Amino acid sequence: MADIYFSTRDLAVGYDGKALIHDISIEIQKGEIVTLIGPNGSGKSTILKSITRQLKTIGGSVWIQSEELDRISQRALARKMAVVLTERMRPELMTCRDIVSTGRYPYTGRLGLLTPEDEEIVSRAMERVHALELSDRDFNAISDGQRQRVLLARAICQEPEIIVLDEPTSFLDIRHKLELLSILRSMAREKGITVIMSLHEIDLAQKISDKVICVKGEIIARYGAPEDVFSEAVIRDLYGLEQGSYDPDFGSIELPLPQGEPEVLVLSAAGTGIPVYRLLQAEGTPFLAGVLFTNDMDYSVARHLASGVIAAPPFRELEEGVLAAARAAVERCRLVIDAGVDLGPGNAALAGILEGARRAGKLVTPEEYKRQRVKE
Amino acid sequence: MEENNAISHAALRRRVRYEAVFIGLVIAAAAIVVLNINIGSVPIPVKDIARILFTRQGDPTQVNIIWKIRMPRILTALLLGGALALAGFLLQTFFANPIAGPFVLGISHGAKLVVALVMIYFLGKFGAMSSFALVAAAFIGSMMATGFILVMARRLRTMSTLLVAGIMVGYICSAVTDFLVTFAQDSDIVNLRGWSLGSFSGMSWDNVAAAAAITLAAFALVFLMSKPIGAYQLGENYARSMGVNIKLFRISLILLSSVLSATVTAYAGPISFVGIAVPHLMKRALNTSKPIVVIPACFLGGGVFCMLSDLIARTAFAPLELNISTVTSVFGAPVVIAMMLKRQKEKGNG
Repeated sequence: MADIYFSTRDLAVGYDGKALIHDISIEIQKGEIVTLIGPNGSGKSTILKSITRQLKTIGGSVWIQSEELDRISQRALARKMAVVLTERMRPELMTCRDIVSTGRYPYTGRLGLLTPEDEEIVSRAMERVHALELSDRDFNAISDGQRQRVLLARAICQEPEIIVLDEPTSFLDIRHKLELLSILRSMAREKGITVIMSLHEIDLAQKISDKVICVKGEIIARYGAPEDVFSEAVIRDLYGLEQGSYDPDFGSIELPLPQGEPEVLVLSAAGTGIPVYRLLQAEGTPFLAGVLFTNDMDYSVARHLASGVIAAPPFRELEEGVLAAARAAVERCRLVIDAGVDLGPGNAALAGILEGARRAGKLVTPEEYKRQRVKE
Repeated sequence: MEENNAISHAALRRRVRYEAVFIGLVIAAAAIVVLNINIGSVPIPVKDIARILFTRQGDPTQVNIIWKIRMPRILTALLLGGALALAGFLLQTFFANPIAGPFVLGISHGAKLVVALVMIYFLGKFGAMSSFALVAAAFIGSMMATGFILVMARRLRTMSTLLVAGIMVGYICSAVTDFLVTFAQDSDIVNLRGWSLGSFSGMSWDNVAAAAAITLAAFALVFLMSKPIGAYQLGENYARSMGVNIKLFRISLILLSSVLSATVTAYAGPISFVGIAVPHLMKRALNTSKPIVVIPACFLGGGVFCMLSDLIARTAFAPLELNISTVTSVFGAPVVIAMMLKRQKEKGNG
């Protein structure tokens, strides 16, 4: 308990004296990355504004180490906490370096003149986010990804102990998202800077966070390590997912599966099925998948996309029950797509299933299937 | 190492640019002062000007013209022009909009109305009015107009509607002032008519001293605020996160801009466009919006702009004298239009 850096106790936040979210009690250790996730409008920004003193809290308290947030002087707080906000700023005639330099504000004198040491810190901060080459560019003339990096450099050169970021990855393409998050992670690991941020991308939140806060409704729906929070049920509930699915192991999301009587059986192994599943899903054809060992990567995807999966426990020979189910599926479907099954001692019995399908005139390769679709 | 060099290169280029702008402004100011003394109904040769200025010796008529008429007028134009540009810069910072200014937001007109009211009352009752009462009345008028604009700003979310509201306030105040001036009986109030349209004529050394005391003090305070102003340029929330006391800051900004525009209005009446055009031109010339250089540049630039405008107002159609606003509008309005077009273009690209 000794190194709790940031905590809230029964914090209530909201606007105009009305609490939107209450009973927020969290404890964050130094150097941890904590992410707020939750649907739009759930109050992530409200919480972030309240813990950065942009917004008056309604009740409870916020603590940085043993000091209560309200009691810390503005200058002292500015030396502890830096922010990256969502609001678009459009400063006039300011270079990126000018923007970054403003981070030195709490350290400079009356007139805000930078000393050579300050200049050095500014350069280092820009280097840290790979933005040194942007120094003399007009801040309004750079891309969103670059802008976000410059704002992060601004926060870094404030030399804070904690950085609070409100949706720092919005507007960024995937490369810049990864870049930004990896900078944050290395800062947290190397410099022990605590990071609190809100993210839209649950897959990224799961991968970068030490702790995750799920914000929904009036309370914190869940708070804990990502492995505890990211179950399919929690995410479904948090975002009110009715269609599609979320895979907690890969952090991937899938569109809803095609509805109706399955028309096609896909036989595959070791990943050969995935492109076929996606093809069938995209054209809206309901299908069955088999015969898959539960440790097959095809299995993980098929679970979300196929109307039914014929599955078998791994590392042993296929049992008669499974084979019977496969034969029934061949019977039931119009076509059987052989996506490529590598036969070995465990699944040798599948040869019989494939042979049965061929004899019934149902067996096609994925290429044949595609050609057939084009003709139709 | 190379990168460090590149940075110091850029810093050096900037410094050279700043110095060039300031040297240019000082030279322009000096040249316009000399021209202003030189040209008039009684032309005074340039070679005599230096002698009269530094030794006060020479032709007594010329000495009198310089010391009693032209010098006070030039100095007020310099000081009040600077004050106006500074007031504009502060309001632009406050509203985060480059088109804000004491004239368009109706603040000058509010000051004018109260000054006219107080003047008519004082002149009718005592036959005189002190410099201080004049500035105080203008300050009250400025604060009332500013207060109204701030109340409107809470309701009107967009800047353009706020500007329209400001312009309307200006019209209303102007109309009431015109009404008062038209029906005022006292013959002293003839002066009021010229003043209410804007002019630097008839300045005494007392006026200069009072205007100098107020504007220079306000300038010093504004200059000392350049650090928080720089933070505020990034937006209120960023400024707060850097440790700016936003409430105190905003109050200071409003008070200072009101004092500055009140002083101008008290002595010279409402003057248009200087508050918008000069800060814009200075930022472009310096190629930065850093307050620590823009603030002194605005003050100097506003002075130069107003001295030049006054020279033109005085001499273009001599012996007739134009209103100062007529001249500042001719030069200032195109700058503002060009600025808006440029911004629109940038927005389109961004």
